[in-house]
Amino acid sequence: MDNQLKIQLLETMLRVRKAELQLAIMYKNGKVPCAAHLYEGEEAIAAGVCANLRLDDCITSTHRGHGHCIAKGMPMREMIAEVSARKTGCCGGKGGTMHLFKPEVGVMGTVGIVGGGIPLSTGLGLAMKMQKTDRVAVSFFGDGAANNGAFHESLNLAALWKLPVLYVCENNQYATSVAVWRSTSVPDIGVRGSAYGIPGVTVDGNRVDDVYAAAAAAVSRARAGDGPTLIECQTYRIRGHFEGDDSLYRTKEEVAEARKRDPIDYWKAKLMAEGVIDDGGFAALSEKAEAEVADAAAFAEASPFPAPEDALELTANA
Amino acid sequence: MGRRIRFVEALREGMRQEMERDASVFVLGEGVGPHGSCFKQTEGFCAQFGEDRSRDTPISELAIAGTAAGAALLGMRPIADLMWIDFSMLAMDQICNQAAKLRYISNGQVKVPVVYRMTTGKSKSNAAHHSGSFYSWFINTPGLKVVVPSTPYDAKGLIISAIRDDGPVVYLEHKLLLNVRGEVPEDPYEIPFGVADVKREGTDLTIIATGAMVGFSLAAADALAKENVSVEVVDPRTLMPYDGEAILASVRKTGRLLVVDEGFRYCGFGSEIVAFVAENAMDALRLPPKQLTTMHTTIPFSPPMEDYVFPNPERVAAAVRAMLTA
Repeated sequence: MDNQLKIQLLETMLRVRKAELQLAIMYKNGKVPCAAHLYEGEEAIAAGVCANLRLDDCITSTHRGHGHCIAKGMPMREMIAEVSARKTGCCGGKGGTMHLFKPEVGVMGTVGIVGGGIPLSTGLGLAMKMQKTDRVAVSFFGDGAANNGAFHESLNLAALWKLPVLYVCENNQYATSVAVWRSTSVPDIGVRGSAYGIPGVTVDGNRVDDVYAAAAAAVSRARAGDGPTLIECQTYRIRGHFEGDDSLYRTKEEVAEARKRDPIDYWKAKLMAEGVIDDGGFAALSEKAEAEVADAAAFAEASPFPAPEDALELTANA
Repeated sequence: MGRRIRFVEALREGMRQEMERDASVFVLGEGVGPHGSCFKQTEGFCAQFGEDRSRDTPISELAIAGTAAGAALLGMRPIADLMWIDFSMLAMDQICNQAAKLRYISNGQVKVPVVYRMTTGKSKSNAAHHSGSFYSWFINTPGLKVVVPSTPYDAKGLIISAIRDDGPVVYLEHKLLLNVRGEVPEDPYEIPFGVADVKREGTDLTIIATGAMVGFSLAAADALAKENVSVEVVDPRTLMPYDGEAILASVRKTGRLLVVDEGFRYCGFGSEIVAFVAENAMDALRLPPKQLTTMHTTIPFSPPMEDYVFPNPERVAAAVRAMLTA
């Protein structure tokens, strides 16, 4: 990993973090009409995986998908404007926080149904293979989705057909309110890869270098035509399931403990120890991300809402 | 007189011609490969197009439906065979939440040209899990089109239109019709969605019928003709969108409406047509409109009970007589 890439990973994580904190404030101030599902603390996964992807590779994501979209190249303005329900958002306000699309950068959709994106990514992989390209598809999903039938059906199919798909399970310890140990038969979801005869790995999802390395191996395998990989990234959902979630199903101490394992702190410390970045360099990156997010928020605020009748665009028989 | 072939042959020919014309068209589903499908809909495809484009799958309805939708996002034109409409319930999220909505929620940035084929309806003692007519579920999902051909000619033209359509289409093949013969041109042709076909002209009463109910209604109309009752039978052919103008034109001519619907009556296609006519042509109705539907029960196995709950030609004729003597 060269220094440029190391800094790029840090920058992506910072951009995602600043965007999520900005959206939390906007929600509190009534600027976001629906309680968004924020990604704070899980940034290393989106950053580490997407740094391995080309523009023409594709992802699908989840209700907690802002970070994946940013990491894959969606312009910040379009993401924040969409979450703010504005006409200038990536989907003109028709999609919103849980339905973000930007096909030209490979964001083929974030979906609001747990597990719903897994078969879609499998199909993206099928098309890529049938069209004889070396593109790859990534499906981001959570520990909750790993207990969904869509997971089983899709991994079996992708393994059978050797599809170029990365199944990236973000195990953030909670499926809505249910702890993973209350819902999941194995401690490491990565072991489930063996059930389909494909590599299944479990990595520390708060270490962007580990995520990057696992994704790099999986992307090479996929591009070579050798089939899919399951990558479990163990992380922790710092915020509630949604903004405003009282999180009564866990203790404050548990959350505080998890905050000590912040992925940005980890990577910053590592890069400083290696002499790749200093305090001034970090502050500059941080300020740049903050400025980008502030610009996007101002853009969203200045943007019009869609007209009511825009609701009937793209519909027949309305 | 032109060439007469069976419904299933017409359907197969339409798919084959589209696969020959467009390399992005392929079929996937359990048994569509070397076996040639449950009712031979894809017989010969494997030999002609290879297993890549005549793609057998595990019995994974959700993954079949979602994989097809995902492939469609990147320009493929999959025809996903879910075998029986009853099995589509296992795939509902991918059909109704994903395929149906992706174009809208993406604000038109993606399109989903996928066809979901399923057999539908009564056959012989297939009972509770193999006799469904759940098309109203799909009609009730914005973003889906729903096609129910009743003749070999319509089967071919509508499958070609379905494959060429840029949105998801649910294409339903009635099991009682698969071996029915009819005239079918050899060259490819499209039948536009939302255009009804008057299967029989008449002056006393309009029957709106779909799928196998069209044949039942035509048989009833034959019997009623001997009683000097002139029945018009209109087949909408596509249930979403449906041809409201043709339905209103017929009702304005006859003044009487019976909908023969193999689905259930509550919030069904029949109730939609009755509501539509009441909203738009109440003045033309000389009698209250009626529906003849499958009775609101789980479909039983034993033939006397099964026959009892479905419409049939005698019951259609009886319903018409009851209206005319009311």
